[in-house]
Amino acid sequence: MNKTTNFEKIEKTARLKKNIQNVIVYTLLTFWGIVVLFPFYWMVLTSIKSYSAYSSEFIPKFFTLSPTLENYFDAFTAVPLAKYFLNTIIFTVSTTAIMLIVIIPAAFAFARLNFRGKNLVFTLFLALMMIPNELVIITNFTTITNWGLRNTFQGLILPSVVSVFYIYLLKENFAQIPDELYYAAKVDGTSDFKYLLRVMIPMSKPTIVTITILKVIECWNSYVWPRLITDDEAFFLVSNGIQEIRENGFGRENIPAMMAAVVVISVPLIILFLIFRNKIMEGVARGGTKG
Amino acid sequence: MENKSLKGWLYLLPAIIFLGLFMVYPLIDVFIYSFEEGYNSASQTYNGIGGYNYSYILHDPYFLQAVKNTFILVVITVPLSTGIALLISVGLSSIKWIRNLYQTVYFLPYVTNTLAVGLVFMILFKKTPYTDGLANLILGFFGAGPIDFIDGPYWAKMLVLCIYTIWVVMPFKILILTSALASVKQDYYNAAMVDGTSKFRMFTKITLPMISPMLFYLIITGFIGAFKAYSDAVALFGTNLNAAEMNTIVGYVYDMLYGDSGGYPSYASAAAIVLFAIVLTITVINLLISKKHVHYV
Repeated sequence: MNKTTNFEKIEKTARLKKNIQNVIVYTLLTFWGIVVLFPFYWMVLTSIKSYSAYSSEFIPKFFTLSPTLENYFDAFTAVPLAKYFLNTIIFTVSTTAIMLIVIIPAAFAFARLNFRGKNLVFTLFLALMMIPNELVIITNFTTITNWGLRNTFQGLILPSVVSVFYIYLLKENFAQIPDELYYAAKVDGTSDFKYLLRVMIPMSKPTIVTITILKVIECWNSYVWPRLITDDEAFFLVSNGIQEIRENGFGRENIPAMMAAVVVISVPLIILFLIFRNKIMEGVARGGTKG
Repeated sequence: MENKSLKGWLYLLPAIIFLGLFMVYPLIDVFIYSFEEGYNSASQTYNGIGGYNYSYILHDPYFLQAVKNTFILVVITVPLSTGIALLISVGLSSIKWIRNLYQTVYFLPYVTNTLAVGLVFMILFKKTPYTDGLANLILGFFGAGPIDFIDGPYWAKMLVLCIYTIWVVMPFKILILTSALASVKQDYYNAAMVDGTSKFRMFTKITLPMISPMLFYLIITGFIGAFKAYSDAVALFGTNLNAAEMNTIVGYVYDMLYGDSGGYPSYASAAAIVLFAIVLTITVINLLISKKHVHYV
């Protein structure tokens, strides 16, 4: 009898301990969740406050009872936000598409074809992965300027189309496809190129999709190169656009309109993320870094 | 065989052309630039070879300010963000209910535009004639402030820059650490539990050694990333970072290349190479230290 009560006591304290631990853990996690989400909440909240309401709040309010979409209207009319958007889409789509056209054959050559010097070139490629962008951007700037490509899409796109890391990632994936398939295709008289198109690309689709999404995120957020290469507003991407809006647009004090622009810029990637959540997180875990 | 070789090279050709033009050639060129004295970008001429460019930037107060800012940023944000990320990841691994929701939320900053969200941080911390801003409202509760965090004293600005940098780098760290923690085999913990090992001891003797390769990877990439800080600062303080005393080394490189004080690719090259040398040194030191503490299984 005595023993059972002891057990109960131990179980009780253990459960209590577990509960306390849970409370601490969830409090910590929720706190960080709020830290992450609060800026998003604040930007949406500010974007639906009217300019006069916002300016009259000396102590900022945490909610609004009279939401308005007027700021979104301003964001698209007072500054060329739609143009920035279009530019970014053109830049993102072309860069990603050209990148795929360049890296898929390269990965195929490394994974499937045998030729003299292959290992040497592959080692050199890997070595290039360690070169920071800051080191090469200076000459690229001069090159693009000398070619007369400042303020053009070619100038924006060309230096960003090759990523050694993605070639490496895709090559690893291609190499996992069994050799037997290749030999069978060879017996049937399929050409290498056809084999790449009909077999390897469909079989590596998950990796290709991951690479595409990561590149799209990178393009959408790129700031440094576009800033160097464009000073004509007609070629601004959203990052440069938002900087321009901050420094010259709307009048410095129209913060609600600025926040509306920020919301508009942030939403596409957030939607992309919510749709491809697992793919993105898995892809980043496999070797993406915040660039 | 000759035919096959040709084919292989043909498939590689586009990649090689792009890499050659935009990576290999610039890499050589940047070293040449950095030793060409008195380079004029309009006429593309120079009047000598030597170390003057390095000596110039090392005596340039803006560069020294940028180096100081970058080091402060690195020293504060790398340990703090890695520590907090470890704490959160351990917390995440110990729960089941709504864990996915937390993970999704924590990853959000990764997919947002640094420049855009930086504006939100600026507004939260900025003090204007119309409002003291939210950060000052909170400070006010504790009887402090108001401080202008965006145009005010140096340490106030540095604080905001550190906070924003940590906010931006956390998703990557949390993601890597949670997957590292998930890969530690339950067997080890079970064995330790049979021995009656305390939770804390399990953490220091099992968890930490098991995830040490990933932790170390994060510290190295964290150092490299923080040394290259730039767009976070632009987002908060605008493009004229020298005036705000908030420039970073990378910012200095770009300003020298193009901007209000721009047009000096030689100085920019010298600064970029100094940055590269610093990053390389720190990485090598990290690698040496890690040999003692990292356990590869």
